[in-house]
Amino acid sequence: MSTPPKQVILGAHFPGVNNTTVWSDPRSGSHIEFDSFRRFARAAERGHLDFLFLAEGLRLREQRGLIHDLDVVGRPDTLPVLAALAGVTDHLGLVGTINATFNEPYEVARQFATLDHLSGGRAGWNVVTSSDAFTGENFRRGGYLDRELRYERAESIVRAARHLWDSWQVDAVAGDQEHGRFLADGTVGEFGYHDDHFDIAGHFNVPRSPQQHPVIFQAGDSDGGREFAARTADVIFTRHGTPEAGRAFFRDVKSRLARYGRRPDDLKILPGVTFVVGDTDEEAAELAADIRRQQVSGQTAILLLEQVWNRDLSGYDPDGPLPDVEPEVGPSSIIQGRARHVDDARAEVTRLRALAEEKNLTLREVAIERGQRQAFVGSPETIADALIDAVQTEVSDGFILVPHITPGGLDAFVDQVVPLLVERGALRASYAEGSTLRDQLGLSAARPATDWETAAAAGVRKESA
Amino acid sequence: MTSTLPTSDTPVHLAIALDGTGWHPASWRRTGSRATEVFTGRYWTDQALTAERGLIDFITIEDSLALHAGTPFGPAPVPTTSRLVGRLDASLVASWVATRTERIGIVPTITTTHTEPFHVSKNLATLDHVSLGRAGWRVQVSARPAEAAHVGRRAAPFGDVRDARDLASPEAQAQLRSLFDEAGDVIEVVRRLWDSWEDGAEIRDAATGRFIDRDKLHYIDFEGEYFSVKGPSITPRPPQGQPVVTALGHQPIPYELAARGADVLYVTPRDDEDAAAILAQVRELEGQHRTADTPLKVFADLEVVLSTPEHGDGAARLRQLDEVAGEEFTSDALVFAGDAAALADLVQRWHALGYAGFRLRPAEHAIDLPAITDALVPALQRAGLFRTAYGPSTLRERLGLPAAVNRYAASA
Repeated sequence: MSTPPKQVILGAHFPGVNNTTVWSDPRSGSHIEFDSFRRFARAAERGHLDFLFLAEGLRLREQRGLIHDLDVVGRPDTLPVLAALAGVTDHLGLVGTINATFNEPYEVARQFATLDHLSGGRAGWNVVTSSDAFTGENFRRGGYLDRELRYERAESIVRAARHLWDSWQVDAVAGDQEHGRFLADGTVGEFGYHDDHFDIAGHFNVPRSPQQHPVIFQAGDSDGGREFAARTADVIFTRHGTPEAGRAFFRDVKSRLARYGRRPDDLKILPGVTFVVGDTDEEAAELAADIRRQQVSGQTAILLLEQVWNRDLSGYDPDGPLPDVEPEVGPSSIIQGRARHVDDARAEVTRLRALAEEKNLTLREVAIERGQRQAFVGSPETIADALIDAVQTEVSDGFILVPHITPGGLDAFVDQVVPLLVERGALRASYAEGSTLRDQLGLSAARPATDWETAAAAGVRKESA
Repeated sequence: MTSTLPTSDTPVHLAIALDGTGWHPASWRRTGSRATEVFTGRYWTDQALTAERGLIDFITIEDSLALHAGTPFGPAPVPTTSRLVGRLDASLVASWVATRTERIGIVPTITTTHTEPFHVSKNLATLDHVSLGRAGWRVQVSARPAEAAHVGRRAAPFGDVRDARDLASPEAQAQLRSLFDEAGDVIEVVRRLWDSWEDGAEIRDAATGRFIDRDKLHYIDFEGEYFSVKGPSITPRPPQGQPVVTALGHQPIPYELAARGADVLYVTPRDDEDAAAILAQVRELEGQHRTADTPLKVFADLEVVLSTPEHGDGAARLRQLDEVAGEEFTSDALVFAGDAAALADLVQRWHALGYAGFRLRPAEHAIDLPAITDALVPALQRAGLFRTAYGPSTLRERLGLPAAVNRYAASA
């Protein structure tokens, strides 16, 4: 290649509580002990990946009114784990999901500023929302938020947090021992933020951190989610990783940026992908099929399809045909504590029946087929080529790798694929000393909160014009 | 330094309270204070390692949601530029420090007034997982108007109380009671959530496809005056089962809170007589309100300014510090300025009264923390009052607390 390819952004997701993780594999370790996180983070750092990512749950998932017990259940708290990881890594970005609905700006801003200080500028915040009363039962305020206000509150909490992070000037800490001036002036940290969601004022008590603002991540596929990301986020997570869907998503999201005075490079697009590395493509394909079967047991298949049908399917044989009943289309959901991701149940059932007929599949096989995420499966060369190609051809700016084993699930990728990416100029050969997560992702310096607001307001006017 | 202390067979516990560059307001201005480093992880690691070198039971890390110090009463404090202000979130500093230390207990301060009990519980459970059983919690209520304004979800508790002397008024006492009742509920919820996973809930039973035994997970179904929480926790039971819960108190209402829900209470006696009187008062309240089998461990808080070979007499150094600050150092706790032998005597006298331990507040971290480790600890060791090595133990075990029994497993 004459000109070096575009850099591939790579994050590593320490998998959470879904059926991705094959916990029955003898190599599968603890999801709770810190040692697992340390090992995983060190593997990511060995491969000079951009960041590690943790998801979050605030209520154990339930199905048919029972706590879901087939997948990994339970996880440690996001921010303390990231703070601890800051202590055992040097360069890796540390990105955590923190819910905008069940947290307050002052506390969240303090915690991310703290993480940014402890890690020397490696903090990232994945802003998510939830409004269900089910999750709210664990919190003082309960499920108080109307669904349509979720994004509004999320944008508001990010805006408020940015004001707090801006409230200390770069030179606010004078530290002048001789004259007894610790602060440059008494207005340090002053803030006031008032809207429909928050009415807060006073003095923020954490000095400006290395990145000033942690990198803001957001996952959203809906139109509202995409627009929120275009207005507010630095990185957007997506489920669209296949070339066709990915490129459409990429074009759509990047085209929304100009309205808010942002350049296409100001928002990075990262699909979550699974991967299976083999010595050859054939071997990897076999391995991948095995893993899928392990990820979707008969019982898991029933539960996955219950989320489509939205009714109890426990009486059906996973190795038999698809249920002959029609889906339940009502407001109530058979699963609680996670999104169903089914927009139109009737259409989806029709599609699955056609699929089963065409390929002669059992219920379980349909579930296996349906749940296939975008995956990179093949020899190290095949995967490296595919990754580079996807980024060159604007499927995405990079990927979040989702291994199926914890904590050793990154090892094959790091040891076999990363060297090829480096060799081909698509991934750094080592971290730049002193670089922040923002630097690593190729993002510009944090923009002041007031700039974000001005641009957002102008964009909204353009949108409605 | 020699000490003439007799030996004793009940060892004393020592904790060190870390705050900024030390508890004296002029500490930041002195050479070697590392004042501008208090916002780095390395600074806190170094303090913790110095304490760990002295075999100290645990460190506490102060915290607050306010920037400028002030009282819950009267007008907001005028921002001053001459004090060291600003702080990192103590709970996250604690998790960071856990990865850089091996033995010492780590006890961050987290308020009960403006936080979600569900978050507090999993935060501390995670600190316990990261530190392999060294976590504790310094429970704190937030009464200042500034803190309430920062969070914006409730009015300041003492809105109409203009003066600390009015705290005795029935209205103020009712507010105080409410603040601490809520704290009691938060402790209860946090503890229930720690128990909401039984040990061994994770079964990884490939035969039945079950990762957990859901019968070992429990809803806590707490419903109180201030909030309700369903449970179970997201985070499995911490290694200690119950991380150590501690609280500071200056009067009967907080003493009662500790008697109901804490493992350790810090109090602030001014002299020997006061020390005896406070302890008697605490024990009386304990008799009325404590249901736990284990007695509350009562620690005395002391501000310490120690004499050292390098920096001379502690009392003289305190005068220098006061001079730099432009005012005399006042504290809720006794300010001890003198040599390690005299402090060891005081420790022994109060220990003999029934104090399980001491939480020492170094006036200057840079000087008093090493002095505690290098002078006070050896003096107490020579007297047979303090350990000479860390045992392989959790913080609970080190403090002589019994193994935590899971309330849900017991009733199953």
